[in-house]
Amino acid sequence: MAKQRKIALKVPFVTRLEGEGALELSAKGDTIDKLHLKIFEPPRLFEKFLEGKSYQDVPDLNARICGICPMAYQLTSIQAIEDLFNIQLPDHLIQLRRLMNLGEWIQSHSLHIHFLAVPDFLGFESALSMAKQHPQVLQRGMQIQETGNALMTLLGGRSVHPVGLQVGGFGRLPEPANWDAARQQVDQALPAAVALLRWTASLPLLDYSHDFIWVSLKHSEIYPINGGDITTSNGLTLNYWQYPDHFKEHQVRHSTAFYSLLDGKDYLVGPLARLNNNVAILPGPIKKLVNDIGLVFPNQNMFTSIQARAVEILLALTEAQQLLAEPCPTGDAHLPVTPQAGECCYCTEAPRGMIYHHYQLDDEGRVINCTIIPPTSQNQARIEQDLKYSVKKFGLHNSDDALKFFCERVIRNYDPCISCSTHFLDFNIVRG
Amino acid sequence: MNQQANPTKLTVALHKLTSCSGCQLAFLNQGATLLELVELVEFKHFIEAGLNHPDEKVDLAFVEGSVSTPEDLKRAQQIRQNSKLVVSIGACATSGGVQALRNMADGNAWMQAVYTRPDFIATLGTSTGVAEHIKVDFELWGCPITVRQVNHFIRQLLFGAKPRPEAEKLCMACKRHQLVCVMVTQQAPCLGPVVRTGCGALCPAFGRACYGCFGPSEQPNCHSLANRFAGLGLVPREIAQRFASIHSHSNPFREESHHWQAIEVKEIE
Ligand code: SF4
Ligand code: SF4
Repeated sequence: MAKQRKIALKVPFVTRLEGEGALELSAKGDTIDKLHLKIFEPPRLFEKFLEGKSYQDVPDLNARICGICPMAYQLTSIQAIEDLFNIQLPDHLIQLRRLMNLGEWIQSHSLHIHFLAVPDFLGFESALSMAKQHPQVLQRGMQIQETGNALMTLLGGRSVHPVGLQVGGFGRLPEPANWDAARQQVDQALPAAVALLRWTASLPLLDYSHDFIWVSLKHSEIYPINGGDITTSNGLTLNYWQYPDHFKEHQVRHSTAFYSLLDGKDYLVGPLARLNNNVAILPGPIKKLVNDIGLVFPNQNMFTSIQARAVEILLALTEAQQLLAEPCPTGDAHLPVTPQAGECCYCTEAPRGMIYHHYQLDDEGRVINCTIIPPTSQNQARIEQDLKYSVKKFGLHNSDDALKFFCERVIRNYDPCISCSTHFLDFNIVRG
Repeated sequence: MNQQANPTKLTVALHKLTSCSGCQLAFLNQGATLLELVELVEFKHFIEAGLNHPDEKVDLAFVEGSVSTPEDLKRAQQIRQNSKLVVSIGACATSGGVQALRNMADGNAWMQAVYTRPDFIATLGTSTGVAEHIKVDFELWGCPITVRQVNHFIRQLLFGAKPRPEAEKLCMACKRHQLVCVMVTQQAPCLGPVVRTGCGALCPAFGRACYGCFGPSEQPNCHSLANRFAGLGLVPREIAQRFASIHSHSNPFREESHHWQAIEVKEIE
């Protein structure tokens, strides 16, 4: 503890996602003197190797930040750059991007729920070991996940590191036959999503509610993925340019991921933050279902995150169904692009929470420098604060195993992009 | 699925080093066929799917990710000791991945530019493929690898066939899919003539140039393709960057990139 230093960076940099984590907890009696979530994702230095690359290469490279939400990284950079180049997409291309985004939310949330979260509730080590006893739960999850992947593939060619998106639009428009097939798949997945949401509402949840700030994009008409204001639960409404005025990152000794703070305080991003901010604009039927099954948003119980994800899956499939009910779009797949020098920034909502990108480009559209802030570094301080509160309330007298399992469950609510550590933490407890 | 001891089942581990976790999704995105797969093989270690037994002995270990930290190196050596067969999956594990772009630069300077306290972080100067450090029995290229690659490989093993690498050129897949050549019709700097098949010729199907995510093909004639790019009007720096993308640390691409980088430097002088 004595050696732990916090350094405020002037320019925030984050270079990676995913990885592995560990938790270190030391306590004397009832007093915690150290609780560290350590993320030791090896540095991949994206912000440096993007320097000198053309705007055309940026989306393909950025995708590799994360295999589970590659599109979010692609699209945040694409939209920032389109802003700089004064490109305004026609409506049909905006809708197609939305459809693909919805696909990414569906597959990522479903992967999280079924492979990472559900074994906790059903008392299994892993989703694979649940297969025999709960085939219907897993099959339902896989059906939903496959539908999300299919939407990404329809528009991007594949669901991991898709190749369809580019600055100015898409490489090509979907084929009508594939469009129809996607619609059928979505139609079939919708009842599964309703069943999933009802099922999550029936789960016995822990409740360690406490006060915290949440942050997401917010939009007056549409559930936010791309676009909307940065909105905080303590009253701020910001545009993307104002992001660096309020959000600052720092490095700590015990973790390779940066810590991001909002005016010096930890905060939450992700599905629960989004739903808390945007519950009012859920479509009527979904709002009614949410009420009928007894879910209440906004709330400050992080264990409702699984339900927030299920709500977003249902929302995404419902919207996808509406988009796909239209005839397969025709027209231009992309607009002409003329590079311009300057600065640009953008925020989007990745499945796991808000992402911020900032670029400076030269007049040929090559990167001079950039900043990429993923959800994980934004949630990291919040996770530690949550653990400090919840573990004490849970009771430090509990056995090491019970404490370890409890901490894992708390962390899993956040689905930090250290996908590995979300299921397994090297757990180290020192009791005084 | 019953994961209890079944002596006839192939035991499998999936390890992650420095990576984006995208290649693991070739397992987790399988949908219903994953349930068939776990009837055929027994996963022992696969953290993202929930199994954490890194040190168990297995028949077959898949390794995702490059060796970029001292920890990665140690793990790679342990994996070799614990596994009968080691298979590297994806660009990261086969050639260092995108993060190998630092190998061409001053990695230390980069660390200092990104981190206020680079001394808090243990990392190697380079990012390299797994086979540079331990013996690897088979490689599946691709960023990301596909479900088809994984299942084809496992089934070949189960049938007792010796898996054969697919290394023919992307151009062949384009022809089979009857795609219009983007280099001929759009003068797009496509890497297809030197990149291995496996993706289904996705980029040309989207009307764009291949950027090489499946790595070098067999006998790639990079130099002649690069000259063609120059003929299309690309300047040396742009040619160097075409080869310095996902597989920048694979031998043929690295050499070609260096060659054109050197030309660029001379021009500036
Ligand atoms: S090869 Fe590509 S998809 Fe696979 S882990 Fe590396 S970056 Fe991710
Ligand atoms: S065409 Fe090339 S870059 Fe595109 S997916 Fe295939 S191998 Fe990768």
